[in-house]
Amino acid sequence: MNPELVIVGVLTSGIRLATPYLYAAIGETFGQRSGVLNLGVDGQMLLGAFAAFYVAFTTGNLWLGLLAAIIVGALMGLAMAFVTVNLQAVQGISGIGFYLFGLGMSELLFKMMLGTVETVKGFPIVSIPFLGDIPFVGKIFFQQNIMVYGAFLLVPLAWFILNKTTLGLKIRAVGENPEAADSLGVSVARIRYFTIILGGILSGLAGASMSIALLNVFQQNMTSGLGFIAVALVYFGAWRAWGVLAGALLFSFVNSIQLWMQVLNVPIPSEIAVMLPYILTIIVLVLTVSRVRPPSALTKPFDRGD
Amino acid sequence: MTEENKLPSGHTRIDSLEMRGITKRFPGVLASDNVNFDVKAGEVHALLGENGAGKSTLMKVLYGLYEPSEGEIFLNGKKITIDSPTDAISHGIGMIHQHFMLVETLTVAENVALGLPSSKGFLTDLDKVSERILELADIYGLKIDPDAYIWQLSVGQQQRVEIIKALYRGAALLILDEPTAVLTPQEVDEFFVIMRQMVADGHGLIFISHKLHEIMNICDRVTILRDGAKVGTRNIADITKSELANWMVGREVSMTRELEKIERGPSRLTLENLSCDNERELPAVKDFSLKVHSGEILGLAGISGNGQRELAEAITGLREIKGGKVLLEDEDITHVRPGEVTERMLSYIPEERMRDGMIKDFTIAENMVLREHHVPPFAEKGFLMLKKIANHSDDLIKKFRVKTPSRETKAGTLSGGNIQKVVLAREISRNPRVLIAAQPTRGLDVGATEYVHEQLLKQRGEGTAIMMISEDLDEVMALSDRIAVICEGELMGIVERADATPQKLGLMMAGENV
Ligand SMILES: Nc1ncnc2c1ncn2[C@@H]1O[C@H](COP(=O)(O)OP(=O)(O)OP(=O)(O)O)[C@@H](O)[C@H]1O
Ligand SMILES: [Mg+2]
Repeated sequence: MNPELVIVGVLTSGIRLATPYLYAAIGETFGQRSGVLNLGVDGQMLLGAFAAFYVAFTTGNLWLGLLAAIIVGALMGLAMAFVTVNLQAVQGISGIGFYLFGLGMSELLFKMMLGTVETVKGFPIVSIPFLGDIPFVGKIFFQQNIMVYGAFLLVPLAWFILNKTTLGLKIRAVGENPEAADSLGVSVARIRYFTIILGGILSGLAGASMSIALLNVFQQNMTSGLGFIAVALVYFGAWRAWGVLAGALLFSFVNSIQLWMQVLNVPIPSEIAVMLPYILTIIVLVLTVSRVRPPSALTKPFDRGD
Repeated sequence: MTEENKLPSGHTRIDSLEMRGITKRFPGVLASDNVNFDVKAGEVHALLGENGAGKSTLMKVLYGLYEPSEGEIFLNGKKITIDSPTDAISHGIGMIHQHFMLVETLTVAENVALGLPSSKGFLTDLDKVSERILELADIYGLKIDPDAYIWQLSVGQQQRVEIIKALYRGAALLILDEPTAVLTPQEVDEFFVIMRQMVADGHGLIFISHKLHEIMNICDRVTILRDGAKVGTRNIADITKSELANWMVGREVSMTRELEKIERGPSRLTLENLSCDNERELPAVKDFSLKVHSGEILGLAGISGNGQRELAEAITGLREIKGGKVLLEDEDITHVRPGEVTERMLSYIPEERMRDGMIKDFTIAENMVLREHHVPPFAEKGFLMLKKIANHSDDLIKKFRVKTPSRETKAGTLSGGNIQKVVLAREISRNPRVLIAAQPTRGLDVGATEYVHEQLLKQRGEGTAIMMISEDLDEVMALSDRIAVICEGELMGIVERADATPQKLGLMMAGENV
């Protein structure tokens, strides 16, 4: 194959594949900045992916599918928020509970409501006028589908919200010193409800991006742990939106290279190739951990002590 | 509503505020016991009582942080309910907490702006906030950089941020929970100027302090609490300082003491041209040399934020040393890790005990053995000797009169002064070779201060070399054999006890070579 084509292919799918990582990890960033560790991301993604796919498949309307993913993600977030904020559950454990629930539930619904693997026609590629026509760059960055654009726009948006708005200030304060925020009349519970539900919605969208924009199918456990990598990316990105972007791109490019190696029949066992992103997770985390301090109140339930 | 009801900040004055029959129970503790308390516009009402008497609890009820088990609150004669700090703030009540309520990773301006509506809607308006901070800082003489991060500030500077935060919110009634505990005498004077100005403007102030001269100086009335219950309220004009002390403690308290003469032993702690940086990687301690001898208390006086904390951390191995040497007797411990420094019997009472000296979620017993939990007698062959730990902590709880339901209580729920006592007890009781004590009596009541002073002198008698870092000149002059003064990280000089006067030390602290 023409090496130029290969390079453009690798880069194009690298950008594409960053999409679910970005939605999920940006959502997780909001949660963690407010002091909540959500390990249920993968479960939320699976349910979001199923909801989006099922609704899109049955109604033929992708936007309704997206709406379904948002609603399901929000409901999962709401449940998570109740358990985390009101019941003050140990977050590391309750998150795994939510993951298992999402995994099992999406599988059950899939068997009951679909039974077999179906496909939908996902969001089409939208070429951005002018930019899409630039050689190389246009193909890589500006001939993608709408959910890919959405994921990349989310990064500056998240940065802006966290650093430039009063809401972002409250989120950061609640994650560092909830007592101080509380003493100034900031409702720790309300902020955490907000970030957890937002995280749920974005996880739902991450799932939808896989099932109706990138792969356009739904399969049992189709995320295969991607949500956990998203959690790791938040650490990798040092709780900053741009850092998360860098991490997401790193992983999606490794993934893309791995896929292209299989396409081109590079003689490596496919199991090894598939393992690459996960090995990379571990190496990168080991190398980057302790570079930046996590939010001080991360995983700590807040209780005024009265 | 007439103009007279307004404060200069534009907020409505609180003519009177009354708490009636306030009771607050915690598991195993009756923290407030049917207390009546009131404040009027234009007065300073002091709240006085021993550590754990229930002062902070009563005030947290007023600020909406604790829900009272019983009792009512009246504002200008009308019954109100305060369920949260938001309610309190909207009624014009502000509070400066005993333990700072600041977000360390945010800037001064961000901390001030937190929770307030912004003039730019959902966007932060930090430049406007900074402007107003500088305005307020100017009016009240509080030097502060709105763009500095809290973690970069000294305790004294952080206190200023807390004051600005309250002033910024334009509170009509301000609760001040031990605001002066962390200030130097000069800063206290400046703070009193602010307080007087606020009172003259029509604010009502509630002032908590363990320093009786401050109460005599600034307050109009004083209410004494003991074991959660109110003992009484008096006009300051009708009572003397020693009457106040005896009334509060319930016995005679001695306020001055003589230093027993001891032969100064060999040098235990030697600093040779020590230099280190602060968090901003600027030089914090510069070319610092001195010796602390066995059987001596060396007072280190200085205005907060002049390198004291960095110096102590460099000695104890907590901070990287950029130049020079630290000797413990003749062992070089310049680059030894903190754990090993501890094992060589150097004790450290850090200034920020809540952050650096204890673990809030651990029990008192666990906190009492933090330093030595891994060595006999508290651990053998890797097992904790729970019985010994229990006995040891019961012993210290009794000796240091830590007010707590039990040794299994979480240290974080103790009253401010009692948290201090836990750290002091742990560090002093191990009979160290060298003891570095930063602000050892900050936040302690009169009786406890007396006890800690006795303990420091007892250690001195047993040959410990003590370096006492304190901003309280009275304390430094009362206990030290020699007094070293630090200013901007440099040693300004060392004065013998007999030659020390407040004027002289004050000048040196301000950076003048005398
Ligand atoms: N959140 C809490 N949970 C349990 N007990 C508490 C809590 N807060 C305070 N207490 C207990 O209530 C009592 C009164 O504490 P409080 O903090 O009001 O004392 P204080 O008068 O402010 O003392 P200090 O001078 O040492 O600050 C103490 O015995 C303390 O242990
Ligand atoms: Mg208190």
